[in-house]
Amino acid sequence: MGDQTDILLIEDDHSIAEAVRFILTREGWQVAVIRDGGEAVDSIRAQRPRLVVLDLMLPNRSGSEILADLRALPDPLLARTAVLLLTAHGDAVGTAAACGADAGLAKPFANDELRALVGRLMH
Amino acid sequence: MAVDVLVATCLGYVVLMFIVAFAADRAALRGRVKWLDHPAVYTLSLSVYCSAWTFFGAVGYATRSGLEFATIYLGPTVVFAGAWWGLRRLVRVARMHHVTSVADLISARFGKSNPLAALITLIAVTAATPYIALQLQSVSLSFRAFTQEADPVAQGGTALWVAAGLALFTILFGTRNLAADERHHGVVTAIALEAVVKLIAFLALGVFVVWGLADGPTDVVGRIAKATAEDPALVQGWLLKPDRWTALIVVSGIAVITLPRMFQVMVVEAADAERLRMAGWAFPTYLFAMSLFVLPIAVVGRELLPAGSNPDLFVLSLPLSQGQNMLALLVFLGGFSAATSMVVMSAIALATMISNHWLVPLWLWLRRRPDGDDAEDLGRFVLNARRLAILAVVGGGWVYHQASGGSAALAAMGLVAFTGMAQVFPAMLGGLLWRGATRIGAYAGVGTGLVLWMVLIFLPSVGIGATPGFPQGVDPLAGSIVLSLGANTLAFLTLSLVSFPDPVERLQGLSFVLAVEPEGPDRAGGDTARSAESLLAMSRRIWGADPALRFFQAEAVAQGKSGFLPDLTPRFLTRLERRLAGSVGTATAHAMIGRVGGGTGLSVADLMEVAGEASRAKEEARRLETARAELARTARQLREANEKLTELSVQKDSFLGQVSHELRTPMTSIRAFSELLKLPDLPEADRTRFAGIIHDEAGRLTRLLDDLLDLSVLESGGVRLNVAVANLHDLVDRAVNAASATGTGRNFVIHRDLPTEHVAVITDTDRLLQVLINIISNARKYCDAPRPELWVHVRRRPDRSTEIDIIDNGSGIDPDRQALIFEKFARLNDPMRAGGAGLGLAICREIMTALGGDITYLPGQGGAAFRVSLPHRPPLKPSASADAPNACGGGGDWNE
Repeated sequence: MGDQTDILLIEDDHSIAEAVRFILTREGWQVAVIRDGGEAVDSIRAQRPRLVVLDLMLPNRSGSEILADLRALPDPLLARTAVLLLTAHGDAVGTAAACGADAGLAKPFANDELRALVGRLMH
Repeated sequence: MAVDVLVATCLGYVVLMFIVAFAADRAALRGRVKWLDHPAVYTLSLSVYCSAWTFFGAVGYATRSGLEFATIYLGPTVVFAGAWWGLRRLVRVARMHHVTSVADLISARFGKSNPLAALITLIAVTAATPYIALQLQSVSLSFRAFTQEADPVAQGGTALWVAAGLALFTILFGTRNLAADERHHGVVTAIALEAVVKLIAFLALGVFVVWGLADGPTDVVGRIAKATAEDPALVQGWLLKPDRWTALIVVSGIAVITLPRMFQVMVVEAADAERLRMAGWAFPTYLFAMSLFVLPIAVVGRELLPAGSNPDLFVLSLPLSQGQNMLALLVFLGGFSAATSMVVMSAIALATMISNHWLVPLWLWLRRRPDGDDAEDLGRFVLNARRLAILAVVGGGWVYHQASGGSAALAAMGLVAFTGMAQVFPAMLGGLLWRGATRIGAYAGVGTGLVLWMVLIFLPSVGIGATPGFPQGVDPLAGSIVLSLGANTLAFLTLSLVSFPDPVERLQGLSFVLAVEPEGPDRAGGDTARSAESLLAMSRRIWGADPALRFFQAEAVAQGKSGFLPDLTPRFLTRLERRLAGSVGTATAHAMIGRVGGGTGLSVADLMEVAGEASRAKEEARRLETARAELARTARQLREANEKLTELSVQKDSFLGQVSHELRTPMTSIRAFSELLKLPDLPEADRTRFAGIIHDEAGRLTRLLDDLLDLSVLESGGVRLNVAVANLHDLVDRAVNAASATGTGRNFVIHRDLPTEHVAVITDTDRLLQVLINIISNARKYCDAPRPELWVHVRRRPDRSTEIDIIDNGSGIDPDRQALIFEKFARLNDPMRAGGAGLGLAICREIMTALGGDITYLPGQGGAAFRVSLPHRPPLKPSASADAPNACGGGGDWNE
């Protein structure tokens, strides 16, 4: 597989991005990080990750908009890419369902929660 | 005397005039106008009234008609000595409106109507051309008196040389600049000097005649008595022809105001109206001195010179016949001065009128364009038009002189010109005194006067038609004057009464009659910045880049917007139009501002100004329209307010959500990394780094909580001000240092004007510092220029409040976001988030409100620009602990 990206993390906050990348890399995944919502869909198309970990509040394009764009892509494989939505607003599961994400995780989260959710989505 | 001596003297004199004019212009250019502006220079320049017609002609006039010549001096004497305050008002009003000529004055008063100005220009040119020819002839004739040349046609050469020289002089010194006030220091100074030469020459001749040829005053009186016995009209003209005398006094009194050259020196070239205080007594004194020896010279000349000698040349032939060549030369120079000063001033005045009221409007009309950019090259065109007009005026005089064959008919042309220009007086006086005077009335009066003057006076004088017969016993000249001026006045009054002034006329009428600055029309609207730029571009083309920029900057400063383009306030537009009027005339300036500024003229708003003196029906209609416009404006304001409220309430509703989000973000990192720290196999480097991140995020959390707390205290109004006196310079220093100490952002080149910063401020210095640090830090974070620069401008306003402008050279803030940046969490959704929660500017605003000041965003400055306004003292609050002001900062000198 080599440099193949397993997980694309889209998160604008440097510290959170670093934490998530560190945790998931330790689990053995190839993790790529971008910070700008505007380039999210292009990156997904280019890197074809198995999972997208997506922050809800992003500069230029919000997580929910990115999700809508992603689900509307003509390539059915890409459009069905698994998405884990991270949100700093209370009801993560409800928000994730409303936006069409596969799962939601509220900030702040326990690292085990993150590992478990990602592990489930990657299999 | 040899011709070459005469020519050499003449040339030397002309060179002297060039040098004087040149030196005066240079002095004026360097701002050394003190002596140039002396009332004595002004008074002497008024003596341009005494043209060759009076210098040579007065003695001729006296020889033919006795004391009647004195009427030409009496009229101006009465006006200046008796009504100098009236003239002062005329000058004040005219200067207020930057009037450039008598035609411009009347056009400005009657609604800035150019056709009216064009009509008056027509009268002026018609009347002046033969008059200028008369001046050229007088120079030719005085040459002939020296050279004994018999052939008058050969003198055409002299007249041509003189005309060419005068045109050159006038173009050189009369069209040097297009500066708005249209003053010509060089010309005026040269003419003042010529006035002195005129007076000395004439007095010298008088002294020679009374004490040299006659046996002193007693002998002269005896000779006059003897001559009177032969011809009773000599000194009893007043008793014999009271109607003619009165008419002549009235006409010359009017002409001294309305003649183009007189209006030029008296009104346009006046530095201010106070000059007339001295002129009120000094000018009549000058006239008295000029007239003192007229009768003695006439009587002695009649006795001593052979019969058939031309009495118009007595002043020259008398000293020549006595072998007094030097005296004759001096008299010659006096006459030369009189002729040349008249031609030069008339040419300047007429050229201004011709170019401003004929050529420029024509040019604008020919080049009218929809985009309103027709000011291109106008400045150059105006100057060239004026030069061309000078050539045309002087050339026209010369052609007329040649065509008339140097005949004696020219001698009457002085009075013809007087009566012609007198026709504009009813409209002028009425316009200045009577608010009810209208443009229609002015057209009717001036038009009637023009026609009657042409038929009764001008055409007969040039040999077309005959002077109409008046009833027995009525003097034809007096009859013509009374008839033309009477019908003129009657037409003016009648049609003014039956016609209605339009809004511009009313506004101008109000301003002229009350001699007050009118508040101009509200012509704002459209894209303000773009209009201001096009106005600046237009002004640049007319005045040149620097003067235009200086004017705009000064206006911007006056509006409290230093460094930026001024708003198109009514006041600014009015002032700009006035300044432009000084260069291109009132009507044209009005049209240009209207075109570029986007307005078509006066709007509903100015009718408020003139309300109350108008016909009720029109008033009512306009009031309705005003109310409708008011309603529309209120509705728009309400809609805008509502939109903003909605936007704000959305923000307010999500405030808690935003607080939650902003708290959760650092907490997420802290929790994740602290869990990671527990991993037993974590490399030591990672452990250290993670601990650092946790520390930073905890700090961020603390700052956010501090900000929230700060904001809630400020918003609740319970803030305690710790008032102290500080040197603003030190505060700015500290703010710059503190902002630079924070890690984020790049370093700036900071431009500061240190001397202006040394002002004392009385305020809560820590709070002010907090605001300054916040703005400067924001600039460091967000300025996206390749080489970031920051300007700090401090300005102390007259009410002792202080403004601090902080401007960077980045791309600034989007116009649609500017209204929101001072709201809480406004930064959210900002693509350039760089730490902080977006509470900084909201806190700044609350702080400035608590300090009694304000913080605003200045749009359109290139980069992000904030203005912090600080009152002289913070508002008094019971909670403010202002009782023990402790000096803060210290070290600097205060310029309190």
